[in-house]
Amino acid sequence: MTALQLTHFTATSCLGEGLAATRTALEQARSGLAPCHFETVDINTYIGEVAGIDDVALPPPLQRFDCRNNRLAHKALMQDGFEAAVRAAIARFGPRRVGVYLGTSTSGILTTEIAYRHLDPVSGALPPGFDYKGTHNSFSVVDYLSRLFGLAGPAVAVCTACSSSAKVFAAAQRMIGAGQIDAAIVGGVDSLCLTTLYGFHSLQLTSPAPCRPFDVARDGLSIGEAAAFALLERAPAELDPEAILLLGAGESSDAYHMSSPHPEGAGARSAMSAALNSAGLAPGDVDYINLHGTGTPSNDSAESRAVVGLFGDATPCSSTKGATGHALGAAGALEAVICALALESGLMPGGMNVRQRDPQLRLNYLTQNRRAPLRRVLSNSFGFGGANCALLFGRAA
Amino acid sequence: MSTLTGCIQGIGVLGPGLSDWSATRALLTCDESYVAAPTVLPPPAVLPPAERRRAGRVIRLALAVGAEALGAATASSSADYARLLPTVFTSSGGDGDNCHELCVTLASGDRQISPTRFHNSVHNAAAGYWSIAYGCTRASTSLCAGDASFGAGLIEALSQLACGAPAVLLLAYDANYPQPLYAMRPIPDAFGVALLLGAPASAPELPRLQVALSDAIVAPMEQAAFESLRASIPAARSLPLLERLAQRRAGTVILDYLDTARLAVEVQP
Repeated sequence: MTALQLTHFTATSCLGEGLAATRTALEQARSGLAPCHFETVDINTYIGEVAGIDDVALPPPLQRFDCRNNRLAHKALMQDGFEAAVRAAIARFGPRRVGVYLGTSTSGILTTEIAYRHLDPVSGALPPGFDYKGTHNSFSVVDYLSRLFGLAGPAVAVCTACSSSAKVFAAAQRMIGAGQIDAAIVGGVDSLCLTTLYGFHSLQLTSPAPCRPFDVARDGLSIGEAAAFALLERAPAELDPEAILLLGAGESSDAYHMSSPHPEGAGARSAMSAALNSAGLAPGDVDYINLHGTGTPSNDSAESRAVVGLFGDATPCSSTKGATGHALGAAGALEAVICALALESGLMPGGMNVRQRDPQLRLNYLTQNRRAPLRRVLSNSFGFGGANCALLFGRAA
Repeated sequence: MSTLTGCIQGIGVLGPGLSDWSATRALLTCDESYVAAPTVLPPPAVLPPAERRRAGRVIRLALAVGAEALGAATASSSADYARLLPTVFTSSGGDGDNCHELCVTLASGDRQISPTRFHNSVHNAAAGYWSIAYGCTRASTSLCAGDASFGAGLIEALSQLACGAPAVLLLAYDANYPQPLYAMRPIPDAFGVALLLGAPASAPELPRLQVALSDAIVAPMEQAAFESLRASIPAARSLPLLERLAQRRAGTVILDYLDTARLAVEVQP
């Protein structure tokens, strides 16, 4: 596949706003998870909440998009000079040649959940001012960015649950590879809402403690929220050695169950294998794997089998969800940015909250930060419906 | 601007008064005049019993049009063919009945939602059921571009062909929401279309598409009832293309896409 450069990127999660805060939290092994006091939610669990979303104001012409999800998107866009980088790319390529590819799972559904508490007692109508297209619809955040930047090119939300914002990298790569666009804003935005908190609780998948992926006593996930973006462009012939590249992408379906992974991780393995093939690389070329690693018993077990089956038990791996929580539709993009930071600094973040590693899971799971020069790293994302995606990132040199 | 191309190996259609592609084709060629009637969704026989019980209207709609497009192309071996076929699902809004029930429960005193409702709430639920039904382990994506969802799916499917996929199944579908959400998104009924798209070189005898973004304006359809359907259900924005394919006429049709762009689709029958 055509190697693309992540010319700019940024992430905002419970670890903080922007790259510096994210890098510092990872270096200090500081988790952003805290007991859940979100909205009116009454569940004994921990969450990764982004501070200050309620204080974000969207530009007045775009008020119809006002909701938690788009405020989070806006907050993240304003970090690390990302907005200016996008505007510069649009000036270079033109508004029709820059695509928008964003992943989300629940968009601004929190607005609808709250609106349903305020239905008209007689007619049952939603309250005045409720804007379905601007907030609830999955396209809302893509539409918001397109309008904010005055874009007129291809724009779409990818909604494959927890792999949504990994798949956007593959979709944008195809469009750039096919010569349809010159650059793409890719990323993921997902925010806390009742549907996911009560939904994962109904599946008995929310941990009452901060999640501890790959621990022998792991008992579920911690839901988080995040917005993460990258600007993807065709890599020039002359590259800075520090440049971060998207080298490969692999996608597959489990064809097994709507909410449980294939127990042997067959779909996960074929996604990772396809990512390697698309980059023309072998398992031994990968220096670190950022796992999906949700902390549910079944995910971590299936993913471990898939990784060990393809890579053996030596490749260093970790899940960063003990730090960030599971940002669901934004997890793929958030972890892509964490991979880019790892490649830049040589930091493999240790998986947090592990008291005793599960001896059944034979992969080389890091529980402490480790530093080593990294050339290529893999990021895994797996979603409900068996929608899998693995992304391979590398340094230019 | 560069273009995306593909050939059409199979078509599936289901909508108000439209029982399948052959009935739709007859209406689009004006052999009969089109009258809308409530969409009839067949039971999803292809699903295992447990999943069949859990499949809502949107899932049944997607499975039905996908199966028709597949069957048209592959006759008896369609299930084997589907196992190896990448899919692109696209919908403006997913399963509104399920979403409504979740919101009602979450607004009530007892917020215990059903695990099945939760996993059916993901936008890629139809894709998940499809992959289980056919044992398809190939890549699948699920898209939403609001009212532009058909165009977004067509672009995605053709970009997969451009990057080497021999064939891709595109499934675009929308179903009406219940009240009170219906008032915010007044889609009158369920409509779905599936196109089995192949690399253009693979079958020169099949109709061929070439797609590019355009500033041209969409012409209203000649039959008012079809124009009303086209304008009211996002997936039905495909109708001018289906009409051109039904009539086997060469030329360019303009499809509604985003506010900022239309799609110009050049058809070679």
